[in-house]
Amino acid sequence: MTTASSTKRDYSLVGESTRRAIETGLASAEWYHTDVPRKTMKELMQRSDGPAIRDTIIWIAAVLGSALGIVWFWGTWWVVPFLFVYGVLYGSSSDSRWHECGHGTAFRTRWMNDVVYHIASFMLMRNPVQWRWSHARHHTDTIIVGRDAEIAVMRPPDLLKAALAFTGILDIRYSLPTLLRQAFGTLSEDEKSYIPQMEQHKAVIAARWHMVVYAATITVAIALGSWIPLVLIGLPRLYGTWHMVLTGLLQHIGLADNVTDHRLNTRTVYMNPVSRFIYWNMNYHVEHHMFPMVPYHALPKLHELIKHDLPVANPSMWHAYREVWPVLLKQLKYEDFYLKRELPPTAKPYRGEFHDLDITAAAAE
Amino acid sequence: MADWVEACAVDDVDEEDVIRFDHGGRSFAIYRSPDDAFFATDGFCTHEKAHLADGLVMDDIIECPKHNGRFNYKTGQAKGAPVCINLKTYPVKIEAGKVMIDIG
Repeated sequence: MTTASSTKRDYSLVGESTRRAIETGLASAEWYHTDVPRKTMKELMQRSDGPAIRDTIIWIAAVLGSALGIVWFWGTWWVVPFLFVYGVLYGSSSDSRWHECGHGTAFRTRWMNDVVYHIASFMLMRNPVQWRWSHARHHTDTIIVGRDAEIAVMRPPDLLKAALAFTGILDIRYSLPTLLRQAFGTLSEDEKSYIPQMEQHKAVIAARWHMVVYAATITVAIALGSWIPLVLIGLPRLYGTWHMVLTGLLQHIGLADNVTDHRLNTRTVYMNPVSRFIYWNMNYHVEHHMFPMVPYHALPKLHELIKHDLPVANPSMWHAYREVWPVLLKQLKYEDFYLKRELPPTAKPYRGEFHDLDITAAAAE
Repeated sequence: MADWVEACAVDDVDEEDVIRFDHGGRSFAIYRSPDDAFFATDGFCTHEKAHLADGLVMDDIIECPKHNGRFNYKTGQAKGAPVCINLKTYPVKIEAGKVMIDIG
């Protein structure tokens, strides 16, 4: 377990860490990629509408079916399992649909990606324009402090905040005021730093559409004198986000920052088939970051192909969280502390300075 | 003024694929479309410095390997976020089994 720097981190995207990342060449850097023959990579990158159409039909049918169950059993305890299913489908699986369709890899057909992307963005209370650009930055500068707009757990970690994330309270507390602010035409300095000027007006328009739908939902709820419209639209962010956080937090938490090798700052975790359906195989996260062109359904194959060059995957979510927990506790006191990923003997090294650091002694002080 | 240079042999590029060609400190991408026509563009994506030759050709689209930005490689047109600036294209001709591009 090691450190990469001893300087206080500034997570603003227009601050001291930003300046330093640009000066030191960490921003927009050349990242490590495992060698994969072009012919093989071409096969892996091939797009197909089939798998995503099948998965989307299942997804929509399950969303509508569980929504029907909520309406039917409202006022009885039988509603609980339907809320559980609907909440996860709306509040969690929308994240992976947003993600894959944002990359344009889920479907071969562009408009299909766009339609699902916008629906999923709405479910997530995410501005589809803003988040498309923030995610592009996340891939350019993954866990580069001062550059990456999507660092879920900053150092030193706020454990209360991380725990509350499972409830969706913080998510809504951030997302709704953000959409409201954007709907009134104001983008923050951070947002302006990664959304090109020519795209900023689109972010405002998208935010207005989201707010219109929420206003309509509230109006219908008041008119009907019922909570059901809000339980179906909006509130699943509260009661259905937990699976998104459970799986998503593991992507980078506790690992190195400011390194240009995804093997060191990103985690692949083996997961059960249900979670993999909800998460659309994003548990193969090192593979995804290294080769974002590969669609979700080809990631297991890519994993088998390159795992000789990657740290050993965590065998389960439980294993990964048990591994992370002591690192987070240590980071409360030493924010430079992190979990160093060990590469197998078959792996190619890259930028030795990222591997050789050691603060065991400092952490023991 | 035209400046034709030999980029590669016709057989160097598979159908519906792309290869990289570097010349005079510049980088280009040479495409072979599914209907067996050849095209050339600047080698790097206009969004960030990623080489398009590592990307995926689908019909008349090249998708950047870094952020999945898409261009029409026949016209250079950017097809939407995260690419907003069109790609420069170059005239191409085939001579004696060689792909020639005009980089002038």
